[in-house]
Amino acid sequence: MSSGEKYVAAAYLVVFVGVLAYVLIIATKLARLEREVGELAELAKRRKAESLG
Amino acid sequence: MPSLRLRISLPALATLALGLVAGAVALVFFFAPLDADQGLSQKIFYFHVPIALTAYACFGWGAWKALLHLWKREPGADLESYVAIHQGVIFGALTLLTGSIWARASWGVWWTWSSNQLVLFLVLFLFYCAYFMLRFSVDAGPQRANFSAVYALFGVALIPVSFLAIRLASDFIHPTVFTSAGPQMSARMFFTFCVCLAGMLALAATLYAVELSGKRLDLRLRELREALA
Repeated sequence: MSSGEKYVAAAYLVVFVGVLAYVLIIATKLARLEREVGELAELAKRRKAESLG
Repeated sequence: MPSLRLRISLPALATLALGLVAGAVALVFFFAPLDADQGLSQKIFYFHVPIALTAYACFGWGAWKALLHLWKREPGADLESYVAIHQGVIFGALTLLTGSIWARASWGVWWTWSSNQLVLFLVLFLFYCAYFMLRFSVDAGPQRANFSAVYALFGVALIPVSFLAIRLASDFIHPTVFTSAGPQMSARMFFTFCVCLAGMLALAATLYAVELSGKRLDLRLRELREALA
């Protein structure tokens, strides 16, 4: 691999890894939001059961 | 950017971005001719310049939303401005990294302080990095939104200076590709560049929409948690 090829590969790899890292961070945040929605749904069910009981 | 008024669905936007970026990569390596002067390393141009232009677009969009917040008190404009500037900083970091690699390949150095274009872009990038320090040093509320909006508007003044620096300075090694006589490249190169630019803008719009949806959901969940507490 020539030095030009290495630099081009490195530049495109940086872009790819950068976007991938961003998507991973967003995916982690979405997983946290999903967990919070689950917790809130549980809380709402308990409240409903308390009000009925 | 996928303004609420455009109503482009996120999957459609993501599909468009994926198609354009994949097409752009194919055009860069299988359609665009090799540059007679720089050879293969010139291929970095096709992503480096569109990423830089996308960063400018994100900062500009952030400033526009900041103006709407201050001027019309548009609900959600502060959050949209924040997300756009966050995107701009990410694309700005990618611009600096790809530019540094290209500089090493073409000039033999990772960075040069003699290029006003590079230095001004770094100043712009650091200015917007400081935006987050300001924003998170103030408690959430109208005051934070106002401070952030004013700062974002100040920053947008740096964009034309950074963009035009290449034409304002004479002691310069950074190449000038777009002049008053038009793009200094072949038709095939220019077409590839346009597809790359469209791909980067679509990618930025997709990431912006995803992040904004997440932030809005986060806010609503917080409100719901407070209501249920």
